[in-house]
Amino acid sequence: MGLLRGLVSRITTPLLPDDYLHLLNPLWSARELRGVVVNVVPETESAATLVIKPGWGWSAQYRAGQYIGIGVQVDGRWHWRSYSLTSVPTEADSTISITVKATPEGFLSQHLVGGLVPGTVVRLAAPKGDFVLPDPPPEKILFLTGGAGLTPVMGMLRMLHRRDIMTDVHLVHSAPTERDVLFRKELHGLADRHQSLRLHEQFTDTMGMLALDRLDEVVPDWVEREAWVCGPPPMLDAAERVWKAQHLTGKLHVERFSIQLDGAGGEGGTVTFGAGGRTADVDGATTLLEAGEQVGVQMPFGCRMGICQSCVVPLVAGTVRDLRNGTVHVEGDRIQTCISAAAGDCVLGV
Amino acid sequence: MAVTDIKQFAHLTDADVEAIGRELDEMRRDLEESRGARDAAYIRNAIKLQRGLAVGGRAALFASAFPPAWIAGTAMLGLAKIIENMELGHNVIHGQWDWMNDPEVHSSAWEWDTACPSEQWKHSHNFVHHKYTNVVGKDDDVGYGILRVTRDQKWHPVYLAQPLTNALLATFFQYGVALHDLNIKEIRRGRKDPRTTWRQLKQIGRKVGRQIGKDYVLFPLLSGPQFLSTLTANATANLMRNLWSYTVIFCGHFPDGAEKFTVEEFENETPHEWYLRQMLGSANFRAGPVMAFMSGNLCYQIEHHLFPDLPSNRYAEMSQRIRALCEKYDLPYTTGSFTHQYMQTLRTLWKLSLPDRFLTATPDAAPETASEQGGTVQALRRPTQQHRRAG
Ligand code: FES
Repeated sequence: MGLLRGLVSRITTPLLPDDYLHLLNPLWSARELRGVVVNVVPETESAATLVIKPGWGWSAQYRAGQYIGIGVQVDGRWHWRSYSLTSVPTEADSTISITVKATPEGFLSQHLVGGLVPGTVVRLAAPKGDFVLPDPPPEKILFLTGGAGLTPVMGMLRMLHRRDIMTDVHLVHSAPTERDVLFRKELHGLADRHQSLRLHEQFTDTMGMLALDRLDEVVPDWVEREAWVCGPPPMLDAAERVWKAQHLTGKLHVERFSIQLDGAGGEGGTVTFGAGGRTADVDGATTLLEAGEQVGVQMPFGCRMGICQSCVVPLVAGTVRDLRNGTVHVEGDRIQTCISAAAGDCVLGV
Repeated sequence: MAVTDIKQFAHLTDADVEAIGRELDEMRRDLEESRGARDAAYIRNAIKLQRGLAVGGRAALFASAFPPAWIAGTAMLGLAKIIENMELGHNVIHGQWDWMNDPEVHSSAWEWDTACPSEQWKHSHNFVHHKYTNVVGKDDDVGYGILRVTRDQKWHPVYLAQPLTNALLATFFQYGVALHDLNIKEIRRGRKDPRTTWRQLKQIGRKVGRQIGKDYVLFPLLSGPQFLSTLTANATANLMRNLWSYTVIFCGHFPDGAEKFTVEEFENETPHEWYLRQMLGSANFRAGPVMAFMSGNLCYQIEHHLFPDLPSNRYAEMSQRIRALCEKYDLPYTTGSFTHQYMQTLRTLWKLSLPDRFLTATPDAAPETASEQGGTVQALRRPTQQHRRAG
C-alpha cells in the first residue's frame, strides 16, 4: 500500500494521491486523518455523544481513557479541541465516539453539541494520552470524576465491562444535579450487573462539594486503591494535595484538560519553544519572534511585519494574540510569530 | 532618479498620509471580520475545479495520438497549471487562506506545480518583493537581475540583447522563477554563504527532478506508444502556463505609472507610507470575472500589494473602495486593458535596451519611472490617465 502510494505520488507530485481522492470521498485520505459524523446522540440537556466513522489512515489501536483531537469547520474556519474517547476499541466496530459537554463560554463545544449534523466531515488527530489502565487492571480501583471528567473513565468502564474484567471498582462522581450526570442509566445498569462496581453520586447543588479531606467517609479504603481522577482544575489540585499528604502520589493518575481558553487572565506569559525546551517570560506586547530570539532560539522569519508567512509555526499549547487585530489563536492553530504575542502561557513548535 | 520623497511626490501632507493609512487599516479589519463560509467555499471550489481539470487533461492525453484529444487534453492541463500557480499556489503561499486553519490549504504546507520550491518563493517573493516593492537595489523583482526596466538601473552592453532575454524568460519562466532566490548577483559578488547556495540548489534540483519526471517521463511512458504526443502536450501545457504567468506578472509593476523608489525613501518610510509606496508602485489591468480568476486576481495588483495576505476573491470588491480613496486624494489608480498594459511593458523593455543617450525622457519624468524632481505624480500622470480614458 505504502509502495503503491509512493509510486502514484510520483505522478501526482507536488500533491499526493489523497489530495485528489478525498474530493471524491472525504474519507479517502490518509494525509490528514478525517472522519464523518454518523450520529449525534443527546446525553443530557447540554451534552451529546458524537459517533464518528474515521477514514483512511486511522489505526484502531487506541486505549480506553485516551483522547483525540477533533477539527470542525465553523463559518469557514477549522477549530481544534481534544475530547476523550468514550468508545471501546473493538475489531467489529469501526466507529469511534466522543462525548462533548457544551460549556457556556465554549463556542466550539456548543457547536458540537447543538450544531453538528450527521454527514459532517471532521478532521481527526491520532489518539493520545497516558490516562489509561494498565493491562491487566489493578485489583482495586478508584475513579474520582467531576462533570465531563467522567468521559475518559466511561471509556474505561465500558472496556472493563466488555472484556468482563471488572475488578473492585469504586466510582465517585460529582455533578450539580441528577439530571446532569452523563450516562446515568448506563452507569446504574453496570453497577447492577457487576457486584464489584460501586457508585457514589455527589449532587453538588443539594449535597455540596465532596470534601476530599474526608474521602474515607465515602470510600473507606481509598488509600488501598489506585486512583484515576478527572474533573475541573480545583478538584485535581485538591486530589494532588490529598494524595501527596498520604505519600501516595505514585497511585494517583490525573487528567488535566487543556488550559482554560476563554477569559484567560492577563496578557503575556511564559513561552516555551518546542523540543529544545527554552523558555521566556514575556509581556503581552513582545512578539513571540522577538521573545524567541532574545533567548537564543533560531526562529524562522522574513518580513517581520506579518505579510510573508515565513515565520509560521504551530501553536502546540496555550493561547496567543494577533497584535494586529486582537484575534486569539488556540492550540492547534498555526501562527505568525512576528505579529503574535503570548496571551497566557504557551508552547510553540519550533 | 526614482522617488525619494514620497509625500512630496504624491503631493500629500502628513495628515493625508495618516488618514489614508487609517482608512486602509480599517478596510483590512472589515475584511478580516467578514471572512467566512462563503470564502472557504470559494477556495474549495477553485481547488476542485483545478484538480478536475488536471485529471481530465491527463486522462484525455492517454489518447494523445488522436489530435482532438491532444488539443482538449493540452488545453485542460494548461488551464489546470495556470489556476494552480496563480489563484491557488501564489495566493495560498501568501497566507491568504491561513485564516481557515486548514492544514491542507495553508502557506506553511502548500507546494505548487512549478519548478520553484515554495519555501524559496516565500523568501524571494512574499518577503523580498512584497516588503521592498519597487525599491531599486532592494527589490530583486525590479528587472529580476537580468532586465533593465527603469533608467535607474545603469546601462550595460548586455542589455542590448534585452528583447531576446525577455522572450527567453517568458518561455522558460518557471525556471527563471526557480533560480530567482539563489540571487546570482550576490553569489557572483561572493556575498553569499556557499553552503546556503548549495542547499538551495539541491532543493531546486529535487523539485525540478520530480516535475520533469512526471511531465516528461512518467506520463508519456504511461501513454505507451503515444509517448511523444503526450510529451509534446505536456510541454505545450507548461509553455502555456509560462507565457501566461509571465505576462500577468509583468503587468504588475512594469507598465507606465508603476513608480520606482530609492533606498533612501525606504529607509525613512513610516508604515503608512509603506501603503502609499505599494499603491504607487503597482499597476492593475481591467478584467472580467473569468480573466480575473485566471490571473489569480493579480489584475488587482494594487489591492494585492496593499493586502497580500487577504483572500483574493475579495480584491474585486476592495478595488472599489481603493479607487474611491485614490480619487479622494487625487492619486493615480493605474490600470488599463491587459494588452495596453503589456504593450507599455514591452515598449519599456525594448526601449531600455539602449543606453540613455538614445532616450528622450529623463529618469525624473519618464513613463516607467519618475520622481519629485520631475514634478508631482498628479502633474506627471494625469495626462496619460485622461488620454487613456478618452481612448
Ligand atoms: S516574518 Fe513575515 S509574516 Fe512573520
